[in-house]
Amino acid sequence: MTAIVTDRVDEKRRRILIVATSAAGAVVGVGVAGPFVASWFPSAKALAAGAPVEGDFSKIEPGQQVTIAWRGKPVWLLHRTKDMLDRLPANAPLLTDPKCEIPQQPKYIKAPDRAEKPQYFVCVGVCTHLGCTPNLKEQVAAAEMGPTWPGGYYCPCHGSRFDLAGRVFQGSPAPKNLVIPPYHFKTDTVVVIGEDPKGA
Amino acid sequence: MAATEKTPVTGAGPFNGVLTWIDQRFPLMALWKEHLSEYYAPKNFNFWYYFGSLALLVLVIQIVSGIFLTMNYKPDAHEAFASVEYIMRDVPGGWVIRYIHSTGASFFFITVYLHMVRGLIYGSYRRPRELLWIFGVVIYLALMGEAFFGYLLPWGQMSYWGAQVIVNLFGTIPFIGEPLAIWIRGDYNVSDATLNRFFALHVAAIPLVLVGLVAAHIMALHEVGSNNPDGIEIKKNLDPRTGTPVDGIPFHPYYTVKDLFGTAIFLIVFAAVVFFLPEMGGFFLEANNFIPADSLKTPLEIAPVWYFTPYYAMLRAVPPMFNSQFPGVLIMGCAVLIYFALPWLDRGRVKSIRYRGPRWKIAFAAFAVSFCVLAYFGVHPTNVWGAFPKQWPVVGGDYVAVWFARLLTIVYFFFFLGMPWYTARDRAQEKPEPQRVTW
Repeated sequence: MTAIVTDRVDEKRRRILIVATSAAGAVVGVGVAGPFVASWFPSAKALAAGAPVEGDFSKIEPGQQVTIAWRGKPVWLLHRTKDMLDRLPANAPLLTDPKCEIPQQPKYIKAPDRAEKPQYFVCVGVCTHLGCTPNLKEQVAAAEMGPTWPGGYYCPCHGSRFDLAGRVFQGSPAPKNLVIPPYHFKTDTVVVIGEDPKGA
Repeated sequence: MAATEKTPVTGAGPFNGVLTWIDQRFPLMALWKEHLSEYYAPKNFNFWYYFGSLALLVLVIQIVSGIFLTMNYKPDAHEAFASVEYIMRDVPGGWVIRYIHSTGASFFFITVYLHMVRGLIYGSYRRPRELLWIFGVVIYLALMGEAFFGYLLPWGQMSYWGAQVIVNLFGTIPFIGEPLAIWIRGDYNVSDATLNRFFALHVAAIPLVLVGLVAAHIMALHEVGSNNPDGIEIKKNLDPRTGTPVDGIPFHPYYTVKDLFGTAIFLIVFAAVVFFLPEMGGFFLEANNFIPADSLKTPLEIAPVWYFTPYYAMLRAVPPMFNSQFPGVLIMGCAVLIYFALPWLDRGRVKSIRYRGPRWKIAFAAFAVSFCVLAYFGVHPTNVWGAFPKQWPVVGGDYVAVWFARLLTIVYFFFFLGMPWYTARDRAQEKPEPQRVTW
């Protein structure tokens, strides 16, 4: 009974206890949120589906392009002709990033070809503007692209233009060159997409 | 037993007994009086005051039709598209339930936009209704999320690529963008995992949040009282005998009857769209969405549904800076979030357009035009108005619509950011507010 009669409250002690209890509760709350937040990351199945894929250039004629899926994204395999390759350096003054200084490609991929083997072009076909798939307009001065068109890719969504090495032309809504995925050649013509070459 | 001391319910005839029994165990009569029979609303409400209750009606329509859609819909990338077609063709009444839901989505935005216009023209966001306005803006944001998540579910081409574009907007955020986009999708591109979580958000998470926010919105409204077309406070003028506002009338029966009339007209229009124009010429349901999603093939033209197009036009109008899309995304985000600041930007003495000065009226008209024209640009490709002649300085060769969109984006933001200045300058030319409401 005495405890009730002499009802003295130690405000300081009470405050410390409230703060300590709330802080402990908040820590628990954050901890519990952990698995829920984690559950939104790609699952083991999605990660497995992101494994490397192979493509074979021996089945692609010069000037032809084949699209394969890697991690659900379109990857272009373009067999470039010598004529296509010869035109690439001349595009430089018209490009946003002709020397490919922005890391949109693995370190072993260099301008202007942006390919391990110049004639075999490998590129993620996703526009760097808002993720649409550009279309191949390989013909020089193609009617719908105008007389100065040097051949390249055109994005139907917002009109971004890229050359045949996936480098973006100035004046496009897309800010960067197209992404070159990590890849290496298993044989002379079979490419493995999603894996760096040994030693790279 | 305090409960038994309450006065018995009268006036309900044979139900007096049961209502008294409930009232002694639950605040039935107190709630009824506070929110309906003794909630005094200004007696000069006009046409613009229909849309709050109509938005609530659409919420109910969406929840009910949505629940029935989930009974046949399959949130699985392999089955989603076919299950929607199954609902349309094979489920008895399925087509009408689905068209009610898809039409309801657009009507939700129509009613909410008109409801927001009402708030703007009569100054309903002003003190003491700032928090009421903030709840409203949060509802608007939640509604945008709800519409976006729901739009993925039919798994058509436009569903897929629309989601791709919007999620990639988050991918442009510096440093954390790419991992954030993967986290949102749960995969390297929009996939089954994305569809599944968007389904969960669309049918459970966001609707719960929306219902809670709507309750908070109405509670805040009934705390501060409704604004009116004159923008004056009816609570300042009370009847000395009753203590109720002389310019107020009980919400029930006066405004319940008015809203029932509005509901009848609204449902006629709604039914006409459901039965005769469910696609609304591609505005409510886009043609490309009748093609199943294909991650390797982009539709020729990606346009969001009409209610997002003003912001989409702004996004497209901002050129990339520092090799990044992010400035455009930032502008688009700010265009929506700036509504939160509105109560603190307005320095006018009067609230209603009826007594505003000329500068506010001009700024508001320019804002309304810019919003509508941006919406128009957003549904069309950027070359809709052709290009400027090549030899022109600065703009030569660029698309006309892009530069117009830039100009209109500035006009849009001027309405908000210029408001402290022009509403203060307007004070001398404002008309005096009346003492009593007018109509």
